[in-house]
Amino acid sequence: MTPPDFGRPRRTRGTPASWLRSGGPSALVFALPVLLIFGVFSWLPIGRALIMSFQETNLIVSSWVGLENFQAVLADPKLPLAVKNTAWFALLALVFGYPIPLVAAVLMSSVRRAKGLYSALAYLPVVVPPVIAVLLWRFFYDARPEGVFNEILSTVGLGPYPWLQSQTWAMPSLVLEATWAAAGGTVIIYLAALASVPAELYDAAEVDGASVWRKIVHVTLPHLRGVLFVTLILQVIGTAQVFLEPFLFTGGGPADSTLTILLLIYRKAFGQNLGAEFGEATALSLLLAVFLALMSLLYFRLTRSWSTT
Amino acid sequence: MTTTTPTPVTGASAGAPVLPSDGPRRATTTRSQRILRARTERGSTDEERGYVSTGDWRRPHLRRSLSTAHLVLLVLLVVWGIGPLLLLAKFAVTPTQDILRTPLSVFPHGMAWENLDAAWNEIGISRYFLNTVWVAVGSWASQVLVATTGGFVLSVLRPRYAPVLHWAVLATLFVPAIVLLVPLYLTILHPPVGGSLLNTFWAVWLPAGASAFNVVLVQRFFDSLPREVFEAARVDGANDFHLFWWIVLPMSKPILGVVSVFAVVASWKDFLWPFLVLRDPDLQPLSVRLPTLFGTTDLGAMMAALAISTLIPILMFLIFQRMFLRGAGLGGAVKG
Repeated sequence: MTPPDFGRPRRTRGTPASWLRSGGPSALVFALPVLLIFGVFSWLPIGRALIMSFQETNLIVSSWVGLENFQAVLADPKLPLAVKNTAWFALLALVFGYPIPLVAAVLMSSVRRAKGLYSALAYLPVVVPPVIAVLLWRFFYDARPEGVFNEILSTVGLGPYPWLQSQTWAMPSLVLEATWAAAGGTVIIYLAALASVPAELYDAAEVDGASVWRKIVHVTLPHLRGVLFVTLILQVIGTAQVFLEPFLFTGGGPADSTLTILLLIYRKAFGQNLGAEFGEATALSLLLAVFLALMSLLYFRLTRSWSTT
Repeated sequence: MTTTTPTPVTGASAGAPVLPSDGPRRATTTRSQRILRARTERGSTDEERGYVSTGDWRRPHLRRSLSTAHLVLLVLLVVWGIGPLLLLAKFAVTPTQDILRTPLSVFPHGMAWENLDAAWNEIGISRYFLNTVWVAVGSWASQVLVATTGGFVLSVLRPRYAPVLHWAVLATLFVPAIVLLVPLYLTILHPPVGGSLLNTFWAVWLPAGASAFNVVLVQRFFDSLPREVFEAARVDGANDFHLFWWIVLPMSKPILGVVSVFAVVASWKDFLWPFLVLRDPDLQPLSVRLPTLFGTTDLGAMMAALAISTLIPILMFLIFQRMFLRGAGLGGAVKG
């Protein structure tokens, strides 16, 4: 079926004006919201970000400074710390948040009754507004022996732990809450992928006399490889931009042990001195964007090749 | 820039391409669409099967160990999914001193229903609650307006500049929200038309509309609508506006539902952007106001406030459960 062409003017090599007129004035009217909203709140700011990263800017005047912003950002002693902390967050998030949803989803997929209850329970934390989850957990992490987690752990003879107040434990505490808040989404993704494993593969494996365990290892898991890689990349992209948890739990402390890249950008832009380091903040965010774009490209290529095979 | 607060794992903010796009024309399906379709086609009949066959289920030993594993999983999931929320619900009606001294005992000194009253009236949750609803409604409206009109131009009207527009919209998917933080803030501070949008709801509503994910989602849905219907409408003398309002929109209820749920949830969750542009406490939504109050307000009332704020999203989830879980499944394969 070829798409019919509705009143489209015949192809004429034309001026930009005739180009705009193609599709008639009503097409322009319909394009207006996209053009205006994206123009003012997306395309313009993107262009402005590129310009600002080469400028010294405050709220009133700006002047060109070449690459100084980038140099200043890269020379900032806090940057390696922020990168290290963010990487540490990402690594911990992988350790906590990667295997558990997988095991849970594989097990859940064989549940025969009330499957919906399982997925609803797993997904419930995702529904809790992130800010509220963080505030609630901040109370759970109360460092006194009467704190919720300390009291629970004391029943098995552990603790009390300082949680957010210790440089060692602050980051794992953040990651634990972040995992609680996000793991349900991953479980649902895996469940969808598990449902797509062709039944014939299992039938064939059974003809060959495969046990349940062997079916999981040789049929189920290989089939999940693609999805596992996608969630891995998504998780790296997500954790590279972690902000809410360090901002609301610890504010980056204690002693900058939870200072992440986004928090550093935020501090430069909106910290004590509003607007003083807008240029540096933008430069750093562009550097981060390049990294994320590379990850995105990888993701893009992978999902694309999988959706055509 | 809807989500300025990225979460790990789902990482639903910009920074990742949202759709594995092929040009606007090619009607290939994405992985998740196929998965979803396969699921619905197979339904819950005996055709759907996993790694455990009916024969396996008949073996008593295997049956017992699997059932045990499922039971253990269920218990863990209850602790994981409901545990913290139950605690929150308990704290909401517990006297402050009990919350602090014996957080795990069940009402040692009775309940404190007055917490709820204090939260609603003294802390003023009612006001921030209304702000939250207002922010969500406006963000929803602006997203639906931009996505449907944009999708209509790109998919149905297809003027000659459509491909350029398509790529210009798609390209913004690659730009993470954080890059826009400062320049967008300056745009809000000094919009091109003059004045300032700071401390107005427009500062949240308008940027929310610039969601390429929505536009592409709607455009792809419009692509799948039968062209014959449009043609017939044209023959009957429908102009572009009739076509949009009477034909395309009524046929698009499913996708409008998805976009709406995404829009409302994202707006309810958003923190950083409203935090930056709504400095006036009288305008702040719950997620912006609560962190400021936490620690300076009576803990019992605060817990009641947190519980009330959690209630609506949870109710929404229970009502639209199918759509949420579908969206999450979609999130993995389609949404960045």
